[in-house]
Amino acid sequence: MVRGLHKSYGKAVAVDGVDLDVRAGEVFALLGPNGAGKTTTVEILEGFRKRTSGDVRVLGVDPQQGDEAWRARVGVVLQSTGEFDDLTAREVVHHFANYYPAAADPDEIITRVGLAEKQHSRTRTLSGGQKRRLDVALGIVGRPELLFLDEPTTGFDPEARREFWSLIRDLARVGTTILLTTHYLDEAEALADRVGVLAGGKLVAVDTPDRLGGRGDGGVTVGWLGPDGPVTERTEAPTALVARLAETFGGEVPGLTITRPSLEDVYLRMIGAGE
Amino acid sequence: MNTLRLGLLRGGLETKQFLRSRESVVFTLAFPLILLAVFGAVFSGEIAPGVTLTQYFAAGMIAAGLLSTGFQSLAIQIPIEREKGILKRLRGTPMPRAAYFIGKVVMVLAIGLVETVLLISVAALFFGVKLPATAGSWLTFGWVALLGITACTLCGIAFSSLARSGRSGPAVVTPVAIVLQFISGVFFEYASLPEWMRGIASIFPLKWMTQGMRSVFLPDSFAANEPSHAWQHGTIALVLGGWIVLGLVLCLLTFRWTERD
Repeated sequence: MVRGLHKSYGKAVAVDGVDLDVRAGEVFALLGPNGAGKTTTVEILEGFRKRTSGDVRVLGVDPQQGDEAWRARVGVVLQSTGEFDDLTAREVVHHFANYYPAAADPDEIITRVGLAEKQHSRTRTLSGGQKRRLDVALGIVGRPELLFLDEPTTGFDPEARREFWSLIRDLARVGTTILLTTHYLDEAEALADRVGVLAGGKLVAVDTPDRLGGRGDGGVTVGWLGPDGPVTERTEAPTALVARLAETFGGEVPGLTITRPSLEDVYLRMIGAGE
Repeated sequence: MNTLRLGLLRGGLETKQFLRSRESVVFTLAFPLILLAVFGAVFSGEIAPGVTLTQYFAAGMIAAGLLSTGFQSLAIQIPIEREKGILKRLRGTPMPRAAYFIGKVVMVLAIGLVETVLLISVAALFFGVKLPATAGSWLTFGWVALLGITACTLCGIAFSSLARSGRSGPAVVTPVAIVLQFISGVFFEYASLPEWMRGIASIFPLKWMTQGMRSVFLPDSFAANEPSHAWQHGTIALVLGGWIVLGLVLCLLTFRWTERD
Protein backbone atom coordinates (compact mmCIF):
# COMPACT_ATOMS: atom_id res chain seq x y z
CA MET A 1 0.00 0.00 0.00
CA VAL A 2 2.81 2.44 0.81
CA ARG A 3 6.32 2.22 -0.59
CA GLY A 4 9.23 4.47 0.28
CA LEU A 5 7.05 7.38 1.29
CA HIS A 6 8.86 10.67 1.81
CA LYS A 7 7.48 14.04 2.78
CA SER A 8 9.54 17.07 3.51
CA TYR A 9 8.63 20.68 4.22
CA GLY A 10 11.57 22.68 2.94
CA LYS A 11 14.52 21.07 4.69
CA ALA A 12 12.43 19.48 7.44
CA VAL A 13 11.75 15.83 6.77
CA ALA A 14 8.42 14.76 8.25
CA VAL A 15 8.16 11.25 6.85
CA ASP A 16 11.32 9.44 5.95
CA GLY A 17 10.95 6.32 3.86
CA VAL A 18 7.88 4.60 5.24
CA ASP A 19 6.81 1.21 3.84
CA LEU A 20 3.44 0.06 5.05
CA ASP A 21 0.84 -2.51 4.08
CA VAL A 22 -2.58 -2.53 5.65
CA ARG A 23 -4.64 -5.58 4.75
CA ALA A 24 -8.29 -5.46 3.83
CA GLY A 25 -10.52 -5.93 6.87
CA GLU A 26 -7.75 -5.23 9.33
CA VAL A 27 -7.61 -2.71 12.18
CA PHE A 28 -4.18 -1.11 12.04
CA ALA A 29 -2.97 1.33 14.66
CA LEU A 30 -0.23 3.82 13.96
CA LEU A 31 1.46 4.72 17.22
CA GLY A 32 3.98 7.43 17.81
CA PRO A 33 4.79 10.52 19.81
CA ASN A 34 3.68 13.97 18.68
CA GLY A 35 5.68 15.08 15.65
CA ALA A 36 6.52 11.51 14.61
CA GLY A 37 4.75 11.97 11.28
CA LYS A 38 1.50 10.13 12.01
CA THR A 39 -0.86 12.81 10.79
CA THR A 40 1.33 13.66 7.81
CA THR A 41 1.36 10.02 6.76
CA VAL A 42 -2.38 9.62 7.21
CA GLU A 43 -3.20 12.87 5.40
CA ILE A 44 -1.10 11.76 2.45
CA LEU A 45 -3.10 8.52 2.38
CA GLU A 46 -6.32 10.52 2.61
CA GLY A 47 -5.29 12.64 -0.37
CA PHE A 48 -5.01 15.92 1.55
CA ARG A 49 -1.27 16.32 1.20
CA LYS A 50 1.10 15.73 -1.64
CA ARG A 51 4.00 13.39 -1.03
CA THR A 52 7.53 14.43 -1.89
CA SER A 53 8.36 10.97 -3.25
CA GLY A 54 7.34 7.35 -2.96
CA ASP A 55 4.46 5.27 -4.20
CA VAL A 56 1.08 5.14 -2.47
CA ARG A 57 -2.03 3.11 -3.31
CA VAL A 58 -5.19 3.31 -1.26
CA LEU A 59 -7.94 0.90 -2.38
CA GLY A 60 -5.89 0.57 -5.55
CA VAL A 61 -5.87 4.31 -6.26
CA ASP A 62 -3.22 6.99 -5.86
CA PRO A 63 -4.87 9.31 -3.30
CA GLN A 64 -3.64 12.41 -5.14
CA GLN A 65 -5.74 11.27 -8.10
CA GLY A 66 -8.68 10.07 -6.00
CA ASP A 67 -12.00 10.94 -7.62
CA GLU A 68 -15.50 11.11 -6.15
CA ALA A 69 -16.07 7.36 -6.57
CA TRP A 70 -12.90 6.72 -4.54
CA ARG A 71 -13.91 9.27 -1.90
CA ALA A 72 -17.23 7.46 -1.48
CA ARG A 73 -15.33 4.33 -0.40
CA VAL A 74 -13.13 6.12 2.14
CA GLY A 75 -14.24 7.55 5.49
CA VAL A 76 -12.15 10.26 7.09
CA VAL A 77 -12.08 11.45 10.68
CA LEU A 78 -9.56 14.26 10.82
CA GLN A 79 -7.49 15.15 13.83
CA SER A 80 -9.05 18.56 14.20
CA THR A 81 -12.70 18.80 15.12
CA GLY A 82 -14.80 20.62 12.59
CA GLU A 83 -17.55 22.91 13.74
CA PHE A 84 -20.81 23.64 12.06
CA ASP A 85 -21.80 26.43 14.40
CA ASP A 86 -25.50 27.02 14.15
CA LEU A 87 -26.55 23.78 12.49
CA THR A 88 -27.72 20.89 14.64
CA ALA A 89 -25.88 17.57 14.79
CA ARG A 90 -28.89 15.93 13.19
CA GLU A 91 -28.94 18.37 10.27
CA VAL A 92 -25.25 17.88 9.60
CA VAL A 93 -25.33 14.07 9.65
CA HIS A 94 -28.45 13.95 7.48
CA HIS A 95 -26.88 16.40 5.04
CA PHE A 96 -23.60 14.48 4.76
CA ALA A 97 -25.53 11.27 4.11
CA ASN A 98 -26.65 12.86 0.82
CA TYR A 99 -23.07 12.89 -0.47
CA TYR A 100 -22.74 9.11 -0.44
CA PRO A 101 -24.28 6.66 -2.88
CA ALA A 102 -24.75 3.92 -0.26
CA ALA A 103 -25.13 5.92 2.93
CA ALA A 104 -26.28 4.36 6.17
CA ASP A 105 -29.46 5.53 7.89
CA PRO A 106 -28.37 8.85 9.48
CA ASP A 107 -30.64 8.39 12.49
CA GLU A 108 -29.11 5.02 13.20
CA ILE A 109 -25.60 6.50 12.92
CA ILE A 110 -26.52 9.29 15.34
CA THR A 111 -27.70 6.69 17.84
CA ARG A 112 -24.64 4.50 17.34
CA VAL A 113 -22.20 7.28 18.14
CA GLY A 114 -24.26 8.20 21.19
CA LEU A 115 -25.54 11.58 20.04
CA ALA A 116 -29.26 10.78 20.03
CA GLU A 117 -29.98 12.98 23.02
CA LYS A 118 -27.95 15.87 21.65
CA GLN A 119 -29.02 15.67 18.02
CA HIS A 120 -31.20 18.76 18.17
CA SER A 121 -28.52 20.89 19.80
CA ARG A 122 -26.57 23.34 17.70
CA THR A 123 -23.09 21.95 17.16
CA ARG A 124 -21.39 24.97 18.73
CA THR A 125 -22.97 24.01 22.06
CA LEU A 126 -21.62 20.43 22.07
CA SER A 127 -18.78 19.42 24.38
CA GLY A 128 -15.40 18.38 22.95
CA GLY A 129 -16.23 14.70 23.27
CA GLN A 130 -19.64 15.20 21.65
CA LYS A 131 -18.11 17.11 18.73
CA ARG A 132 -15.71 14.21 18.29
CA ARG A 133 -18.65 11.78 18.15
CA LEU A 134 -20.15 13.96 15.44
CA ASP A 135 -16.84 13.76 13.53
CA VAL A 136 -16.98 9.99 13.78
CA ALA A 137 -20.62 9.96 12.66
CA LEU A 138 -19.69 11.96 9.56
CA GLY A 139 -16.77 9.61 8.89
CA ILE A 140 -18.91 6.47 8.91
CA VAL A 141 -22.26 7.68 7.53
CA GLY A 142 -21.15 6.78 3.98
CA ARG A 143 -20.45 3.16 5.02
CA PRO A 144 -16.79 3.31 3.97
CA GLU A 145 -14.72 0.27 3.08
CA LEU A 146 -11.73 1.99 4.61
CA LEU A 147 -11.92 4.32 7.60
CA PHE A 148 -9.17 6.69 8.70
CA LEU A 149 -9.32 7.82 12.31
CA ASP A 150 -6.75 10.40 13.38
CA GLU A 151 -6.59 10.39 17.18
CA PRO A 152 -10.30 9.72 17.43
CA THR A 153 -10.75 9.55 21.20
CA THR A 154 -8.87 12.66 22.29
CA GLY A 155 -11.11 14.46 24.77
CA PHE A 156 -13.22 11.40 25.58
CA ASP A 157 -13.88 10.34 29.14
CA PRO A 158 -13.08 6.66 29.94
CA GLU A 159 -16.67 5.53 29.48
CA ALA A 160 -16.99 7.28 26.14
CA ARG A 161 -13.75 5.63 25.00
CA ARG A 162 -15.10 2.18 25.85
CA GLU A 163 -18.28 2.93 23.89
CA PHE A 164 -16.20 4.17 20.99
CA TRP A 165 -14.07 1.04 21.04
CA SER A 166 -17.12 -1.16 20.81
CA LEU A 167 -18.32 0.92 17.85
CA ILE A 168 -14.98 0.38 16.10
CA ARG A 169 -15.14 -3.36 16.82
CA ASP A 170 -18.61 -3.46 15.27
CA LEU A 171 -17.32 -1.72 12.16
CA ALA A 172 -14.37 -4.11 11.97
CA ARG A 173 -16.70 -7.08 12.34
CA VAL A 174 -18.61 -6.12 9.20
CA GLY A 175 -15.33 -5.95 7.30
CA THR A 176 -14.38 -2.26 7.43
CA THR A 177 -10.64 -1.72 7.15
CA ILE A 178 -9.55 0.76 9.79
CA LEU A 179 -6.37 2.77 10.05
CA LEU A 180 -6.19 4.71 13.26
CA THR A 181 -3.53 6.84 14.82
CA THR A 182 -3.37 7.20 18.54
CA HIS A 183 -1.00 7.91 21.33
CA TYR A 184 -3.01 5.85 23.76
CA LEU A 185 -1.31 2.47 24.03
CA ASP A 186 -4.31 0.81 25.65
CA GLU A 187 -6.38 1.92 22.67
CA ALA A 188 -3.97 0.31 20.22
CA GLU A 189 -3.86 -2.84 22.34
CA ALA A 190 -7.65 -3.01 22.66
CA LEU A 191 -8.49 -2.41 19.02
CA ALA A 192 -5.67 -3.17 16.66
CA ASP A 193 -4.87 -6.39 14.86
CA ARG A 194 -1.47 -4.90 14.14
CA VAL A 195 0.45 -1.91 15.39
CA GLY A 196 3.03 0.21 13.60
CA VAL A 197 5.33 2.45 15.58
CA LEU A 198 6.42 5.70 13.95
CA ALA A 199 9.32 7.64 15.42
CA GLY A 200 11.14 10.51 13.79
CA GLY A 201 9.35 9.92 10.48
CA LYS A 202 10.47 6.27 10.32
CA LEU A 203 8.39 3.17 10.86
CA VAL A 204 10.47 1.40 13.51
CA ALA A 205 8.29 -1.68 14.05
CA VAL A 206 5.16 -3.39 12.79
CA ASP A 207 3.64 -6.36 14.62
CA THR A 208 0.63 -7.59 16.54
CA PRO A 209 0.26 -5.79 19.89
CA ASP A 210 1.25 -8.88 21.91
CA ARG A 211 4.37 -9.57 19.87
CA LEU A 212 5.57 -6.02 19.27
CA GLY A 213 9.26 -5.60 20.04
CA GLY A 214 9.60 -9.26 21.04
CA ARG A 215 7.06 -8.90 23.83
CA GLY A 216 5.89 -12.49 23.35
CA ASP A 217 9.34 -14.15 23.37
CA GLY A 218 10.33 -14.63 26.99
CA GLY A 219 12.05 -11.87 28.85
CA VAL A 220 9.64 -12.34 31.76
CA THR A 221 10.11 -10.86 35.21
CA VAL A 222 9.26 -13.07 38.19
CA GLY A 223 8.92 -11.45 41.58
CA TRP A 224 8.31 -12.86 45.06
CA LEU A 225 8.79 -12.07 48.70
CA GLY A 226 12.02 -13.63 49.95
CA PRO A 227 13.20 -13.87 53.56
CA ASP A 228 15.08 -10.55 53.15
CA GLY A 229 12.33 -8.69 51.29
CA PRO A 230 11.08 -8.49 47.66
CA VAL A 231 13.16 -10.22 44.99
CA THR A 232 12.83 -9.96 41.20
CA GLU A 233 14.49 -12.08 38.55
CA ARG A 234 14.37 -11.85 34.76
CA THR A 235 14.14 -15.18 33.06
CA GLU A 236 13.47 -16.83 29.73
CA ALA A 237 11.97 -19.88 31.50
CA PRO A 238 9.46 -18.63 34.07
CA THR A 239 7.68 -21.96 34.56
CA ALA A 240 10.87 -23.69 35.64
CA LEU A 241 11.76 -20.84 37.97
CA VAL A 242 8.32 -20.89 39.62
CA ALA A 243 8.53 -24.71 40.06
CA ARG A 244 11.90 -24.31 41.75
CA LEU A 245 10.56 -21.56 44.01
CA ALA A 246 7.53 -23.69 44.94
CA GLU A 247 9.90 -26.42 45.99
CA THR A 248 12.02 -24.01 48.04
CA PHE A 249 9.02 -22.56 49.84
CA GLY A 250 7.32 -25.96 50.16
CA GLY A 251 4.05 -24.86 48.48
CA GLU A 252 2.75 -21.33 47.91
CA VAL A 253 5.32 -18.72 46.93
CA PRO A 254 4.66 -15.52 48.94
CA GLY A 255 3.89 -12.40 46.84
CA LEU A 256 4.40 -14.17 43.50
CA THR A 257 4.11 -12.00 40.37
CA ILE A 258 4.97 -12.85 36.78
CA THR A 259 5.03 -9.90 34.38
CA ARG A 260 5.77 -9.55 30.71
CA PRO A 261 6.97 -6.15 29.50
CA SER A 262 3.93 -3.95 28.93
CA LEU A 263 3.24 -2.47 25.52
CA GLU A 264 4.24 0.80 27.09
CA ASP A 265 7.70 -0.52 28.09
CA VAL A 266 8.31 -1.80 24.58
CA TYR A 267 6.96 1.37 22.99
CA LEU A 268 9.04 3.72 25.10
CA ARG A 269 12.16 1.68 24.32
CA MET A 270 11.36 1.90 20.59
CA ILE A 271 10.68 5.58 20.33
CA GLY A 272 13.74 6.19 22.47
CA ALA A 273 15.84 4.24 19.96
CA GLY A 274 14.22 5.96 16.99
CA GLU A 275 15.27 9.43 18.05
CA MET B 1 -27.56 12.39 -6.44
CA ASN B 2 -26.45 14.92 -9.00
CA THR B 3 -24.26 17.97 -8.51
CA LEU B 4 -27.02 20.51 -9.02
CA ARG B 5 -29.33 18.87 -6.51
CA LEU B 6 -26.52 18.62 -3.93
CA GLY B 7 -25.68 22.27 -4.61
CA LEU B 8 -29.28 23.28 -3.97
CA LEU B 9 -29.32 21.21 -0.77
CA ARG B 10 -26.14 22.94 0.33
CA GLY B 11 -27.69 26.30 -0.52
CA GLY B 12 -30.66 25.54 1.71
CA LEU B 13 -28.38 24.48 4.55
CA GLU B 14 -26.11 27.52 4.13
CA THR B 15 -29.08 29.89 4.12
CA LYS B 16 -30.41 28.28 7.27
CA GLN B 17 -27.02 28.59 8.92
CA PHE B 18 -26.69 32.22 7.82
CA LEU B 19 -30.05 33.23 9.22
CA ARG B 20 -29.33 31.46 12.52
CA SER B 21 -26.03 33.27 12.99
CA ARG B 22 -26.49 36.53 14.81
CA GLU B 23 -23.20 37.95 13.49
CA SER B 24 -24.04 37.42 9.85
CA VAL B 25 -27.58 38.72 10.22
CA VAL B 26 -26.36 41.86 11.98
CA PHE B 27 -23.32 42.62 9.83
CA THR B 28 -24.55 41.57 6.43
CA LEU B 29 -28.30 42.11 6.58
CA ALA B 30 -28.82 44.85 9.12
CA PHE B 31 -25.84 47.09 8.39
CA PRO B 32 -27.02 48.44 5.01
CA LEU B 33 -30.47 48.95 6.54
CA ILE B 34 -29.00 50.96 9.41
CA LEU B 35 -26.98 53.07 6.98
CA LEU B 36 -30.06 53.69 4.88
CA ALA B 37 -31.96 54.79 7.99
CA VAL B 38 -29.13 57.09 9.09
CA PHE B 39 -28.81 58.68 5.65
CA GLY B 40 -32.54 58.95 5.27
CA ALA B 41 -32.82 60.76 8.58
CA VAL B 42 -29.82 63.08 8.08
CA PHE B 43 -30.30 64.18 4.47
CA SER B 44 -33.84 65.30 4.07
CA GLY B 45 -33.31 67.81 1.27
CA GLU B 46 -34.24 67.58 -2.38
CA ILE B 47 -31.72 67.41 -5.22
CA ALA B 48 -34.36 68.47 -7.72
CA PRO B 49 -38.02 69.39 -7.41
CA GLY B 50 -39.87 66.27 -6.25
CA VAL B 51 -36.71 64.10 -5.97
CA THR B 52 -35.23 63.67 -2.51
CA LEU B 53 -31.59 63.03 -1.73
CA THR B 54 -32.75 59.80 -0.08
CA GLN B 55 -34.08 58.66 -3.44
CA TYR B 56 -30.52 59.02 -4.74
CA PHE B 57 -28.91 57.23 -1.80
CA ALA B 58 -31.47 54.42 -1.76
CA ALA B 59 -30.27 53.36 -5.22
CA GLY B 60 -26.66 53.31 -4.00
CA MET B 61 -27.58 51.52 -0.81
CA ILE B 62 -29.31 48.72 -2.72
CA ALA B 63 -26.15 48.23 -4.77
CA ALA B 64 -24.10 48.32 -1.55
CA GLY B 65 -26.43 45.70 -0.06
CA LEU B 66 -25.65 43.40 -2.97
CA LEU B 67 -21.94 44.04 -2.44
CA SER B 68 -22.34 43.21 1.21
CA THR B 69 -24.18 39.91 0.66
CA GLY B 70 -22.13 38.77 -2.32
CA PHE B 71 -18.64 40.08 -1.73
CA GLN B 72 -18.15 40.86 1.95
CA SER B 73 -20.04 37.95 3.44
CA LEU B 74 -18.21 35.32 1.36
CA ALA B 75 -14.78 36.93 1.68
CA ILE B 76 -15.29 36.77 5.44
CA GLN B 77 -17.11 33.45 5.74
CA ILE B 78 -14.95 31.25 3.50
CA PRO B 79 -11.62 31.90 5.33
CA ILE B 80 -13.38 30.99 8.59
CA GLU B 81 -14.65 27.76 7.03
CA ARG B 82 -11.16 27.07 5.75
CA GLU B 83 -9.58 27.70 9.15
CA LYS B 84 -12.12 25.56 10.96
CA GLY B 85 -11.44 22.66 8.61
CA ILE B 86 -14.97 22.62 7.22
CA LEU B 87 -13.64 22.89 3.67
CA LYS B 88 -11.11 20.14 4.30
CA ARG B 89 -13.80 17.92 5.69
CA LEU B 90 -15.96 18.53 2.62
CA ARG B 91 -13.00 17.61 0.42
CA GLY B 92 -12.87 14.32 2.31
CA THR B 93 -16.35 13.42 1.06
CA PRO B 94 -17.47 12.53 -2.47
CA MET B 95 -19.29 15.88 -2.68
CA PRO B 96 -18.62 17.31 -6.16
CA ARG B 97 -16.58 20.50 -5.76
CA ALA B 98 -19.05 22.48 -7.83
CA ALA B 99 -21.82 21.70 -5.32
CA TYR B 100 -20.04 23.83 -2.75
CA PHE B 101 -19.97 26.85 -5.05
CA ILE B 102 -23.54 26.34 -6.20
CA GLY B 103 -24.53 26.26 -2.53
CA LYS B 104 -22.78 29.58 -1.91
CA VAL B 105 -24.45 31.17 -4.94
CA VAL B 106 -27.88 29.92 -3.84
CA MET B 107 -27.30 31.30 -0.36
CA VAL B 108 -26.13 34.68 -1.67
CA LEU B 109 -29.10 34.94 -4.03
CA ALA B 110 -31.53 34.08 -1.25
CA ILE B 111 -29.98 36.49 1.24
CA GLY B 112 -29.52 39.16 -1.47
CA LEU B 113 -33.20 38.92 -2.30
CA VAL B 114 -34.19 39.28 1.36
CA GLU B 115 -31.78 42.19 1.76
CA THR B 116 -33.04 44.00 -1.33
CA VAL B 117 -36.70 43.54 -0.41
CA LEU B 118 -35.98 44.86 3.09
CA LEU B 119 -34.08 47.88 1.76
CA ILE B 120 -36.74 48.76 -0.77
CA SER B 121 -39.53 48.33 1.78
CA VAL B 122 -37.83 50.48 4.41
CA ALA B 123 -36.95 53.14 1.83
CA ALA B 124 -40.50 53.25 0.47
CA LEU B 125 -42.37 53.02 3.77
CA PHE B 126 -40.31 55.29 5.99
CA PHE B 127 -38.45 57.65 3.68
CA GLY B 128 -40.94 58.17 0.89
CA VAL B 129 -38.66 56.72 -1.78
CA LYS B 130 -40.64 56.32 -5.00
CA LEU B 131 -40.45 52.88 -6.59
CA PRO B 132 -39.98 52.44 -10.33
CA ALA B 133 -43.31 52.56 -12.11
CA THR B 134 -42.63 50.80 -15.39
CA ALA B 135 -41.99 47.16 -16.22
CA GLY B 136 -38.94 48.28 -18.17
CA SER B 137 -37.41 49.83 -15.06
CA TRP B 138 -38.01 46.66 -13.06
CA LEU B 139 -36.41 44.64 -15.84
CA THR B 140 -33.35 46.87 -15.67
CA PHE B 141 -33.41 46.52 -11.90
CA GLY B 142 -33.49 42.73 -12.27
CA TRP B 143 -30.56 42.35 -14.61
CA VAL B 144 -28.38 44.92 -12.88
CA ALA B 145 -29.02 43.20 -9.53
CA LEU B 146 -28.39 39.73 -10.93
CA LEU B 147 -25.21 40.58 -12.87
CA GLY B 148 -24.00 42.69 -9.96
CA ILE B 149 -24.49 40.08 -7.28
CA THR B 150 -22.97 37.37 -9.49
CA ALA B 151 -19.85 39.47 -10.06
CA CYS B 152 -19.68 40.25 -6.32
CA THR B 153 -20.10 36.59 -5.36
CA LEU B 154 -17.32 35.38 -7.65
CA CYS B 155 -15.01 38.18 -6.53
CA GLY B 156 -15.86 37.36 -2.91
CA ILE B 157 -14.89 33.71 -3.40
CA ALA B 158 -11.69 34.74 -5.19
CA PHE B 159 -10.91 37.32 -2.50
CA SER B 160 -11.35 34.71 0.24
CA SER B 161 -8.03 33.19 -0.79
CA LEU B 162 -6.19 36.37 0.22
CA ALA B 163 -6.97 36.06 3.93
CA ARG B 164 -4.33 34.01 5.69
CA SER B 165 -6.60 33.02 8.55
CA GLY B 166 -10.23 33.15 9.53
CA ARG B 167 -9.65 36.12 11.75
CA SER B 168 -8.00 38.23 9.08
CA GLY B 169 -10.93 37.96 6.65
CA PRO B 170 -12.85 41.02 7.88
CA ALA B 171 -9.65 43.07 8.14
CA VAL B 172 -8.75 42.31 4.52
CA VAL B 173 -12.14 42.86 2.97
CA THR B 174 -13.84 45.59 5.00
CA PRO B 175 -11.53 48.48 3.98
CA VAL B 176 -11.85 47.48 0.34
CA ALA B 177 -15.63 47.47 0.55
CA ILE B 178 -15.83 50.78 2.44
CA VAL B 179 -13.46 52.60 0.08
CA LEU B 180 -15.39 51.27 -2.90
CA GLN B 181 -18.63 52.54 -1.39
CA PHE B 182 -17.17 56.01 -0.84
CA ILE B 183 -15.85 56.36 -4.38
CA SER B 184 -18.69 54.61 -6.22
CA GLY B 185 -21.58 56.92 -5.40
CA VAL B 186 -23.05 55.18 -2.37
CA PHE B 187 -22.31 57.79 0.30
CA PHE B 188 -21.64 60.80 -1.96
CA GLU B 189 -23.18 61.99 -5.16
CA TYR B 190 -21.03 60.30 -7.77
CA ALA B 191 -20.91 63.29 -10.12
CA SER B 192 -19.52 65.50 -7.33
CA LEU B 193 -16.43 63.32 -6.83
CA PRO B 194 -13.04 64.34 -8.27
CA GLU B 195 -12.39 62.97 -11.71
CA TRP B 196 -9.40 60.80 -10.70
CA MET B 197 -11.52 59.17 -8.03
CA ARG B 198 -14.24 58.45 -10.54
CA GLY B 199 -11.58 56.97 -12.78
CA ILE B 200 -10.56 54.47 -10.10
CA ALA B 201 -14.18 53.65 -9.26
CA SER B 202 -14.95 52.94 -12.92
CA ILE B 203 -12.63 49.95 -12.85
CA PHE B 204 -14.70 48.17 -10.20
CA PRO B 205 -18.22 46.73 -10.39
CA LEU B 206 -19.85 48.76 -7.61
CA LYS B 207 -19.78 52.05 -9.54
CA TRP B 208 -21.63 50.40 -12.41
CA MET B 209 -24.12 48.76 -10.07
CA THR B 210 -24.99 52.07 -8.39
CA GLN B 211 -25.31 53.74 -11.79
CA GLY B 212 -27.65 51.00 -12.97
CA MET B 213 -29.73 51.35 -9.82
CA ARG B 214 -29.88 55.16 -10.25
CA SER B 215 -31.23 54.60 -13.75
CA VAL B 216 -34.07 52.67 -12.14
CA PHE B 217 -34.84 54.91 -9.16
CA LEU B 218 -34.22 58.39 -10.58
CA PRO B 219 -36.20 60.09 -13.34
CA ASP B 220 -34.78 59.62 -16.82
CA SER B 221 -33.87 63.29 -17.03
CA PHE B 222 -31.22 62.62 -14.36
CA ALA B 223 -29.09 60.82 -16.89
CA ALA B 224 -27.86 64.29 -17.78
CA ASN B 225 -26.38 64.60 -14.25
CA GLU B 226 -24.14 61.57 -14.74
CA PRO B 227 -20.57 62.46 -15.70
CA SER B 228 -21.13 60.66 -19.00
CA HIS B 229 -24.57 62.28 -19.47
CA ALA B 230 -26.12 58.84 -20.03
CA TRP B 231 -27.11 55.74 -18.04
CA GLN B 232 -24.79 53.61 -20.20
CA HIS B 233 -26.75 50.36 -19.80
CA GLY B 234 -24.63 48.63 -22.43
CA THR B 235 -21.39 49.53 -20.67
CA ILE B 236 -22.82 48.44 -17.30
CA ALA B 237 -23.65 45.01 -18.68
CA LEU B 238 -20.24 44.76 -20.32
CA VAL B 239 -18.23 45.73 -17.23
CA LEU B 240 -20.21 43.48 -14.89
CA GLY B 241 -19.95 40.63 -17.41
CA GLY B 242 -16.20 41.19 -17.57
CA TRP B 243 -15.93 40.96 -13.78
CA ILE B 244 -17.96 37.76 -13.80
CA VAL B 245 -15.47 36.18 -16.22
CA LEU B 246 -12.46 37.53 -14.33
CA GLY B 247 -13.92 36.47 -10.96
CA LEU B 248 -14.62 32.97 -12.24
CA VAL B 249 -11.08 32.58 -13.58
CA LEU B 250 -9.60 33.84 -10.31
CA CYS B 251 -11.80 31.44 -8.31
CA LEU B 252 -10.69 28.48 -10.35
CA LEU B 253 -7.02 29.46 -10.14
CA THR B 254 -6.75 30.47 -6.51
CA PHE B 255 -9.31 28.55 -4.47
CA ARG B 256 -7.78 26.56 -1.62
CA TRP B 257 -9.61 23.88 0.35
CA THR B 258 -7.04 23.80 3.13
CA GLU B 259 -4.71 26.27 4.74
CA ARG B 260 -1.26 26.22 3.23
CA ASP B 261 0.16 22.68 2.92
